[in-house]
Amino acid sequence: MTALRAFLLPHRVVMIAVALGLVVWAAVAMRWDWIPKYADLALLGIWRTIWILVVSVILGFLLAVPLGLAQAVGPWYLSAPARGFCTIIRGTPLLLQIWLLYYGLGSLFPQFPWIRESELWPYLRQAWPYAILALTLSYAGYEGEVLRGAFAGVPKGQIETAQAFGMPRFTTFRRIWFPQAIQSVLPTLAGETILQLKATPLVASITIVEIYAVASRVRQDTFIVYEPLLLLAVIYMIIAGAITLLFRWLESRVPVKSR
Amino acid sequence: MEHLAEALGLTQTLELLSLSPPGWGGNLLRGLANSLKIAFGAFGFGLVLGLLGASGKLYGGPVLRDLLAIYTTVVRAVPELVLILILYYVGTDLINQAAAAMGYGRVEISGVAAGIWVLGVVQGAYATEILRGAILAVPPGQIEAARAFGMPPLMTMRRVTIPAMLSFALPGLANLWLIATKDTALLAIVGFSELTLETKQAASSTRAYFTFFLSAGALYLIVTLFSAAAFRRLEGWARKGQPSLKRGTT
Repeated sequence: MTALRAFLLPHRVVMIAVALGLVVWAAVAMRWDWIPKYADLALLGIWRTIWILVVSVILGFLLAVPLGLAQAVGPWYLSAPARGFCTIIRGTPLLLQIWLLYYGLGSLFPQFPWIRESELWPYLRQAWPYAILALTLSYAGYEGEVLRGAFAGVPKGQIETAQAFGMPRFTTFRRIWFPQAIQSVLPTLAGETILQLKATPLVASITIVEIYAVASRVRQDTFIVYEPLLLLAVIYMIIAGAITLLFRWLESRVPVKSR
Repeated sequence: MEHLAEALGLTQTLELLSLSPPGWGGNLLRGLANSLKIAFGAFGFGLVLGLLGASGKLYGGPVLRDLLAIYTTVVRAVPELVLILILYYVGTDLINQAAAAMGYGRVEISGVAAGIWVLGVVQGAYATEILRGAILAVPPGQIEAARAFGMPPLMTMRRVTIPAMLSFALPGLANLWLIATKDTALLAIVGFSELTLETKQAASSTRAYFTFFLSAGALYLIVTLFSAAAFRRLEGWARKGQPSLKRGTT
């Protein structure tokens, strides 16, 4: 309650009033009559955006763990390729990577008859496997770098203690090393996941109809420019806010080290 | 050289990438030049916005501070692509209205200027946060001393705050510059012919997708690696005289 009162300074009350006024003005004066027609498509688009985000973040994270480990403690023949992969992913634009995979692999695969005859071919002809692959590799590249620092930052004594207790290597990793590394980078991961959300509209350029593509279609069909874009910005802000809350909840579940 | 290419089966690739017209190398390099132009401009514009924003956030009144907080939060939560579209339409609308008010007809806006404007506003939000953090890291006594000597605010900024904060800001700014170079690729979606779009056009008209996308990737990578090295040197220069944080063992 006191926090709310501290937040509601006089000028903030005025600003909130102005913001509400703007919202009311936008609702009355701008054109929103296209919404009912596109509502179903928009919901499908939001669902696809979230689906792509969740799948690519989970798969990318699973790939980032070995990448980070290889760079932090691996022998040179593992750490050098891992570092090269991260440098390449982080050094080139994601749009280029998406187009390389979609157009490049998409034009390469049909040349091999055994791929065309395989079970996977119906999927490989669609766009979303390439979108997921590109976004997953991108997330893995950025997170591999983050996790390298996290794994290297866990105090050596912790791992040595576990080994001294006779813990098997994998158990040490699962119960000691990994949790402490993750705990230290949770805030970074939250930021990176929001960056990943902001990267998802790029897959609209390879014909995937997610929420950004829906907004573009509204713009092309009806020549209404600002309204769909503003609504799109609000939708992304809500999803970003949800990600922030999710990670805050995760952080609150991690026991804080008492120093 | 030619024998080597033939031996490796790369003759066709080299023909495609040659600089004179049947090859597309010239187009790629022009695209790269455009990309770099926009990246430089947007980074510079973003730095100016960031410096203003950081001073506003640190020394401004409560209203200005809240407005800047909204600016940085919104820009960092909404995808660049959406912001680029919004800012592009807003910018062209405003300029056309201004031109109409002054009695001119519709104005064509150059792609470079539009790109610098939209990416600069995005960069400004990130630069605001980086520079604010860096200014906060400067020992306040230095700035207070400058004020006590009666230095005007701008001169304090130029002679004390900026040189002292540079070493704290440079790592973040290096990151921001890399983001700027990569974000220029987003302008491909709004149809501006920078490196990525030139590459796609070359690739789809020759059907040699891998050749062109990989060479564009190499160009981007060269830019990234070179600027990373340049920023490392710059940081070394800005840290001159500061005690190293490195310890002997770690």
